[in-house]
This record gives sequence, structure tokens and C-alpha cells, in this order.
Amino acid sequence: MADHLLEVRNLSVEFHTAVGVVKAVRNISYHLDRGETLAILGESGSGKSVSSSAIMNLIDMPPGRISSGEILLDGVDLLTMPAHERRQVNGRRVAMIFQDPLSHLNPVYTVGWQIREALTTHGTAAAKAASEALRLLTRVGIPEPERSLGKYPHEFSGGQRQRVMIAMALALRPDLLIADEPTTALDVTVQAEVLALLEELQQETGMAILIITHDLGVVAEVADRVVVMEKGVLVETGTVREVYKNPQHPYTKKLIAAAPGKGDMHAPAARVEPVLSVHDVRKRYGSFEALKGISFDLMPGETMAVVGESGSGKSTLARILLRLDEPDSGKALWKGRDLFTMSPAELYKLRRDLQMVFQDPTQSLNPRMTVYQLISEAWVIHPDILPKARWRERVAELLMQVGLGPEHMGRYPHQFSGGQRQRIAIARALALEPQLIICDEAVSALDVSVQAQVIALLDKLRKEMSIAFIFIAHDLPVVRDFADHVMVMQKGNVVELGTVRDVFETPRQDYTRALLAAGLDPDPDVQAEHRAARLQRAS
Amino acid sequence: MLKFVRTRAVASLISLVGLLVMVFFLSRLTGDPAALFLPVEASAEMKEQFRELHGLNDPLLVQFTRYVGDVVTGDFGESLRKARPALDVVLEAFTWTLWLAVITMTLVAGAAIVVGSLAAFRAGGFFDRLASVISLIGASVPDFWIAIVAIVVFSVNLAWLPTSGTGSLLHWILPIAVLFIRPFGIIVQVVRGSMIGALSSAYVKTARAKGVKSGPIIFVHALRNAMLPVITVLGDQAASLLNGAVIVETIFGFPGVGKLMIDSILQRDFNVVLAAILVTALAIFLMNLLIDLAYALLDPRIRH
Repeated sequence: MADHLLEVRNLSVEFHTAVGVVKAVRNISYHLDRGETLAILGESGSGKSVSSSAIMNLIDMPPGRISSGEILLDGVDLLTMPAHERRQVNGRRVAMIFQDPLSHLNPVYTVGWQIREALTTHGTAAAKAASEALRLLTRVGIPEPERSLGKYPHEFSGGQRQRVMIAMALALRPDLLIADEPTTALDVTVQAEVLALLEELQQETGMAILIITHDLGVVAEVADRVVVMEKGVLVETGTVREVYKNPQHPYTKKLIAAAPGKGDMHAPAARVEPVLSVHDVRKRYGSFEALKGISFDLMPGETMAVVGESGSGKSTLARILLRLDEPDSGKALWKGRDLFTMSPAELYKLRRDLQMVFQDPTQSLNPRMTVYQLISEAWVIHPDILPKARWRERVAELLMQVGLGPEHMGRYPHQFSGGQRQRIAIARALALEPQLIICDEAVSALDVSVQAQVIALLDKLRKEMSIAFIFIAHDLPVVRDFADHVMVMQKGNVVELGTVRDVFETPRQDYTRALLAAGLDPDPDVQAEHRAARLQRAS
Repeated sequence: MLKFVRTRAVASLISLVGLLVMVFFLSRLTGDPAALFLPVEASAEMKEQFRELHGLNDPLLVQFTRYVGDVVTGDFGESLRKARPALDVVLEAFTWTLWLAVITMTLVAGAAIVVGSLAAFRAGGFFDRLASVISLIGASVPDFWIAIVAIVVFSVNLAWLPTSGTGSLLHWILPIAVLFIRPFGIIVQVVRGSMIGALSSAYVKTARAKGVKSGPIIFVHALRNAMLPVITVLGDQAASLLNGAVIVETIFGFPGVGKLMIDSILQRDFNVVLAAILVTALAIFLMNLLIDLAYALLDPRIRH
């Protein structure tokens, strides 16, 4: 009976919402043993987080309701346990870490206090809790652990915060750790470090890990077995290798096919007259040097990917090129004219040629405007582009161009999915017939299958309309599929600049190599090789 | 932290100086004090003598310089009606008001935080709805009406409490109870709204995943985060009490600064009015400084 550590049986969860009952999870079953890592893989809306929330008793009821099923921990059903016993399970036997550690740590208490609380809540004496907190913070690799105990969450970097979360979760050596997208918000190199830390700790304590992710690379790196979910239904389960090499369900096949980083790389055309030529751009904020002299050329119809980790200055560069922020020095020649010294009147004209697509379409589209208003607003500002009589026709054309239809014109942004919203944002950028579009993490928030479609769309537009792109991204496989040239940035410097093939196949700089090595491959065999190579380098 | 206090204090001081200038010139704009102060039938000589006595014939700037000099040394002049230093008169009344405000706001803060937090914990439940109805009534009912009804019920009909004046602890009950109602109603709403936000936050989810009990989740994890907007409104409400609860003090014959101000305006006792304005303003500036400090104490992100 109690042969598995965790066994979820026929679990169904529904949410009562204004539009009716949503069945978030339908009749799913899976199990997990000690020392094992199980990944739950799915896209947004698949219900992948719901079952783990049910294990942790974190579903708000109402509106949520567990309509059927059992969750057995060592053979005892958590769902029928009395409340005080149930609370003893959380933190002591099952612990959890989350995607965004900044918002999941209480901002007004020190991290030392928060780790100690995990211990004292379950009866550890205060003095013992204090020494344990120090030991844990040291173990997860926080620098100056003694002093760090007195610091607040906002004083740490993203990766360090996740380490603090891990220290807190593992304080009482739980049997099961649930990790909900634990590395999604982190840079690739930090992601690799955090995953490695989790594995080390698993070997030390023998705990089981349930990792929830949308990333095939994470699955390949850490998981033993995988459960694939789509729209609340468990569609496939098996070992990672089985599922990747021989997927049975059409959805799994689609998901694997959509993983970026496998297509042909672009071979950029010969370089001619650049449309944008950037010379030695510098910017400092107080004593912090955000950009330390950036130079590059961009040809018409070419994609320049800018990659780098957080703090590398890639978003500052975008803001400066759009004149949303002023550089301290440097030049950016747009067809021979320096756009940093342009007058407001000249800038107004420039705005037509230079457009931007942002990371989060939910925030960058005004929720109170219809799609028609959002797209045609450009012509309200630049009335000479198109006579008003032709606006409807042109909006319809643009919508078709991005894979939507004229029937979507009267709708509001909230009536669309994330991927569709990003298409609307692209259609809006295209309305001015620009020659350069700056995409700041434009596909990072999208599901893999949607991401592939949006990238294909951008590539089609680039070819057909010879639009140049500056494509800011942290996701290297996406860059590999879409870019002609790649500029690698680190701490405000350009460390490497070359064609996509050169950068990916023969990187010259250590930093580029480290960045590439930290990336996770969806193929478990390839990833196993990477891992072996990494371990060899480390030893 | 010290630097934070210093910049706040300097900013407050600048506002205080501005207020001093404004109060002085505005009071002169209301007309010739001699004409306002003396009876209508006073002769021209009497008026001239009055002006000479109070230095009102000097150029306005000279008067102002003298006034500022006096104020800085703590001399606000004599109360024209009471023949005592104006500052003494004001400070005496202000002490009464200060006690009234401190006791009332302490009760309001304690009660509103507990009621608002519990309402937020089971938002939509019976207790939440009850609290919402009570707080809505409390925030909307005019205090002069409650004051009169309270006197009729508790003093006249039941004869449990004195109608007005001071002298015993019983005299404090009705003014405090009446002044309590409105801020309580408002602050319960603010606490409830702010706590609902805090309780649905990610860090509360983490606390639940750690197995923390409901009590500490509400009063340790969520409450401290939810307190910032609450403190702002608490400060506003306390300021309006410090200004003198004019109507309530008058109805209950409570010798506070609000009643003093109304009386002094009606009696054209300008020195007292000016002193009262500056003393309450200073008190409100000090309180705002305390609120800024409370912000910094509650939220480490503001400290840096």
C-alpha cells in the first residue's frame, strides 16, 4: 500500500468562476518515490501547478474545490487529514519553492528571521533555530552567511534569493520538495547553479523532488521521469528518455517539435550600407556604468540579437536607441544622421521608422482600447501615412499578416491569449511601416509552441518587408533560430560580436562559452553529455 | 536613518516657515485689528491709542520682523481677552486636545486593525459583512448628530454620563466615544482592503507552505506589510483631531484647542488664534515626522 512516498490518485480540481466551473485538473494520477525527481511538464493553462498546490493545501476554497481523488503521503491521505495534523505536514514533510523568489519572500522581515520561522513553527527551540539558519545559509552558498542573516530579501540578487528559498524549504529536511518553475526567472548560468544545488541537496538528504516546468531543457537536466499535462489532463508519462525519443501523444510530439534551437542557422547576406551604425555609446547611472562603449552596425533586413544576463546593459541599450533615455556619449547614425542629436521634429519622423515590441503584451496594450483603436492609433499620430477611409481595410490586412483576422478588430486585449496579444503588438508596430523593430524579450513570456509561431512570423516579416531587427533575448536557442548576427554583452561591454554560426559554433570568448554551456538542451542524451563535460571541467 | 530624519525635518521646517508668513499676512488682510477689536462706537483717539500700543502703525514688514522675532523666542503676545500670555492659553487647551486625540486614536487603531484584519481573513463571510455595514455607517454618520443623540440617550434619558464639561473620568467617555466612530469606520475599510491584498500575496503562500498558523500569518506576515496605507490614513485622521474637533468639543463644552479657536475668532483675540494655529501646525508636522519614521521602521525598503 505505502510503497510510494507520494501517490496522487484520480485527482480532480475545479474552480468556480464568474463564467462557470473551470475543471483545472481532471482525474490525474501519478506517483513519486524517495530520492526520485519527477517533472510535470506543461504550458500555461495546463493545470501543472494545480496538483502541487493541492498537495500543499494552497488552493483557496472557495473558489477552488477538490471534487475527487486522494493524495497519499506514505499511504496517508492528506485530503482527509484533520487540519492541525495537515499543517504539520507543510514545511516538515513537504516543502515548496516558487518561481519568483522576490515576491515569495516577505519583504519586511530579514531572511534570517524567515528561515528561523520555518524551524520554530514546527517546535525547534530558538537557539537551535538560529544556529541551523546559519548552517543552512552557508550550505546553499550565500556569501558572508553570518551578515546575510540580517539582510532583507531586496538586498540579494535573484539567484541568491532562490538559494534563500531553498535553505528555508530544506530547514527541516522534508521528504518531498516541490519546485514550481524554480529557475524560470533566472539567468542561464544562475539556473544551472541552482539546479546543481538542488541535485546535490537531493543526494545529501535523499528527498524526492517534484519539479513543475514548461522547459524541456530543465526536464532533461534534472528529472528521472516526466508527466506531460495539457488542459488539465495527463496526456503522457514515462522516463525522460522514453518520452523525448518516442513520444506517443500528439501534444507531446508538438511540444518537442516546437523546442527552439534545432533549425538551420541564418547565413547573413554580404554587408552593405548599414541602416543603423552605433559608435561607442556610454551611459552611467551615478557610479554604475551601464554601458561602457557599445559599437555595432546593422544592415537593412538583418537581425542583430543582443544576448546577456541581467545587468549586462542590453535593455539600457534599447532604451537609449529609442531615445527613451539619453546616452552620456556616443553616436548612433540612422541612415547617416545621428539620432542622439535629432530635434523633436526630426525624432517625430524617426518614430515612424523605428518601432518597439515589449516583453509583456498584457501591459503594453491599453486594456480599454479595441484592437482597431490600438493599431490605427499610429495613423492618428502620423496622419500622412494613410487616409482615414482606408484605415479599416489596412487594419484588416495587418491582422491577416500576423495570423489573426478582420473579425478580431472590435475586441479588447483581454479577450486574447498571450501569443495573440503579442501578435497584436507586432501588428501595431507594423502599422507605421518601420524599417527597424527593437524586440525586448518579445517572446520570453510566451509558451514554447506559441514562441515558435511568433518567431516564424517575425522572420517572415523580415524577409518580405526587409525590416531590420534588434532582438534582445536571454534565451539562446531562440536566438540561434532567428538571428543573423549575435552580440554578447556582459556588464556593459560587448564581449563578442559575430555571425550566428561563429558565435554558436566557434565562440572565442570564455564568457560566451560559459553562457552556451549553461544552456539546457531538450534532448536528455545531449544534455547528459553537456553535464559530463561540465563536471569534468569542474574537477 | 539619521539622514532620512534630517531631510524630513528640514522639509517640515520650510513648510512651517511658509505657514508663519501666510498666517501673519492673512490675518492682517482681514482688516484693521483696531476696528475689528474695539467696539463700533470707539472714538478715533481710542483706535489710534490701540494701534500705538500694539505697534500697528509701523510698516507691515517691521511688524512682521518683530512678530517673527517674538515667535522664535516663544512670545506670542498677550491674549487680548484673558490678559495672560497667548501661548499659555493655547498650550493649556492643546494639552486637553492632545490627550483626547491620543486616547481616541489609540483605541481607533487597535480596534480597527483587529476588526479589519479579521474581516479580511474571511472576506465575504458573515463577520466581514457585519464589519462592512458597521464601518460604513460609522464613516458616514455626521458627528454633531451622534454627539447630540448620545447626550440625549446617555446623559438626559439614562442619566449615566455628564452632558458636558470636565472634572471626572466620566466626562471623557462621550467625547471619546463620539470622536471614535468616524475614524474607526474609515480605518476598518482601509485595513480590510490592504489586508486582503497582503493575504493574497505570494509571501503569505510561502508562509502557508511552511506550515505557519493562521494567527501569525494574519498578524505577523500580512499585517506589517498592510500597515503602510493604514498609517497614512491614521495620520490624516489624527491630524484632524489635533486641529481640534471643533464641533464635538463645542457641543461637549470640552476646553480643547478647537473650542478655544472658535471662541477666539468670535472674540477677535488674534494673538491666541495665531498661537493656536502655529502650535497645532507644529504638532501636525511632528506627527507627520513620526509617520515617516513609522514607515521606515515597518518597511526596510524605504530605509535604503
